[in-house]
Amino acid sequence: MAGSNPNAKPMDLTLKVWRQKNRETAGAMVTYPVKGISPDMSFLEMLDVLNEDLLRSGQDPIAFDHDCREGICGMCSLYINGRPHGPERGTTTCQLHMRHFNDGDTITIEPWRAAAFPVHKDLVVDRSAFDRIQQAGGYVSINTGGVPDANAIPIGKSIADKAFDAATCIGCGACVAACKNASAMLFVSAKVSQLAMLPQGKVEAKTRVENMVAQMDIEGFGACSNTGACAAECPVGISLENIAIMNREYLSAKATSEHVA
Amino acid sequence: MNWFTKTFSSTIGRKIIMSITGLFLCSFLVVHLVGNLTLFRQDGGEAFNIYSHFMANNPIIRTMEFVLVAGFLFHIYDAIVLTRRNKAARPVGYANSHPEQNSTWSSRNMGLLGTIILVFLLVHLWNFFVPARFGGLEGVPNAEYLNLYSEVVLAFKNPIYVGLYVISMIALAYHLIHGFQSAFQSLGLTHKKYTPFIQKFGYAFSVLICLGFAAIPLYFFFFV
Repeated sequence: MAGSNPNAKPMDLTLKVWRQKNRETAGAMVTYPVKGISPDMSFLEMLDVLNEDLLRSGQDPIAFDHDCREGICGMCSLYINGRPHGPERGTTTCQLHMRHFNDGDTITIEPWRAAAFPVHKDLVVDRSAFDRIQQAGGYVSINTGGVPDANAIPIGKSIADKAFDAATCIGCGACVAACKNASAMLFVSAKVSQLAMLPQGKVEAKTRVENMVAQMDIEGFGACSNTGACAAECPVGISLENIAIMNREYLSAKATSEHVA
Repeated sequence: MNWFTKTFSSTIGRKIIMSITGLFLCSFLVVHLVGNLTLFRQDGGEAFNIYSHFMANNPIIRTMEFVLVAGFLFHIYDAIVLTRRNKAARPVGYANSHPEQNSTWSSRNMGLLGTIILVFLLVHLWNFFVPARFGGLEGVPNAEYLNLYSEVVLAFKNPIYVGLYVISMIALAYHLIHGFQSAFQSLGLTHKKYTPFIQKFGYAFSVLICLGFAAIPLYFFFFV
C-alpha cells in the first residue's frame, strides 16, 4: 500500500458502540473487541472490519452513515471518544486514521445527539432537519435565460473569499453534536452569510434569514451560548464570525422587511 | 403574535435581549462600584452615608431603579426560557463527552454562575437594600441621613457573609469573562479591528470590577 508504514504494528481495540434497532426501541452501548487493525486504516475501514466479523458470525452489522470517504460529502458522522468526528481537529470521521489511536485503547462511538436528529438505527441519525432549513431559504432564485457573462458581476476578492469559506460547510451536523445546546447556529449561519455576502444572494437576503431561522427554531435546535465548541469541532473550519453575521442579518431583516405578521 | 414579539421570542431574539440586558447590568456594576468606593474613605462612613442618601432619594436614580429591575427580570426570564429550550434540544445525552477540549468551563456554565449570582443578589438586597429603603436603619446624630455604614460594618464582621460575598464575586467574574464578549458576538458586533480589543477589555473589566467588589467585605473583615 502506497504511503503505508511497514513498521506499523496491528492494533487490538475495544469498541463501545451505541446499538439501537430503530427509532422506537431503546438503545444501549455494546462492547466489541476488534483485532489486527492496521494504523493505516481509516476509522470507517476499522468499522468495516468489525462489520465483516459481525456478518460472518450471523449478527446484525452496525449501521453508520458514509459516502465519499474523502471528507467532502458531509455524510459521515460519529461521536468518537466524546468528540464529533473524533480527536483530530479539522477532520471528518472518514479522514480520521487509526494511527491516532493506540494498541489496547477503548473507543466509545455514539451517534449525534439532538432532538432534531432522531436516531434511525445504531449510529445513523436523521439529518433531514438540515434539508428543511435549506429549503426554507438557503438558495438563490434564478429565472432561467441566457447565460450571463463571466465576471459580469464584480465581487471583491475578500468578499469572495469569505463567502467561499462559509460555502465550504458540508452540512455534517458536527456543530449540533458538539454544542451543549444542540444548536444549529453555525450551520444555518454559514448558509445565510455565504449568500448574504454576494450580490446574487442579497436580493432575497431578508426573507432568507427570516425563514431559515424560523425553520431552525421549528426543528427544535437549541440557542447559541457562544461556547465556540461548534467552530472548534467543525471539520471544515467554519468561523464563529458567521453567527455574528447571521444575527446582524436577522435583526436588520426583522426591522426592515415587509413581513408584518 | 406580531412581528415584534415573534422576533424577540426566537432563539436569536432572546439572545439579543440577553446581550442588551447583560451589557446594561455591566454598566450598573460600574456605577455601583464607584459609589461603594466611598466606603474606603476614613471618615467614619460620612461620604458613604451621604452617597446612599442621594441614591435613595434622587428622582432620576429612583426611576432608573425600575429600569434596573426590568433589566434583571428580562435577563433572568430569558435565561430560564433559553435553558429549558436548550435542555429539550438534547433529550438523550452522551455516554462519553469531552467538552473541555473544545470550550471553556465558564461558557458552558453560565446558568450555574448566574444562579449563584442571583442567590447572592437576594441576600445582598436583604442585607442592605431592604433596611435602607424600608426602615430599620438608625439615624446619624446631627445629620439628615441614615447610617447605612454601620450596617456594612456589622455585616462584614460576619465570616459567613464575607465568604458568600467573595465566592459570589468569583462567580460573577467568570460569568462576565464569558458574558461580556459573548454579548457583542450575539449582537453581531464583531470585526477583526475591534473584536480582539473587546475580548481583552472584557476580561480586564470582569476581573477588576469583581476584585473591587470583593475587596470591600475583605477590607471590613480584616482592617476595620
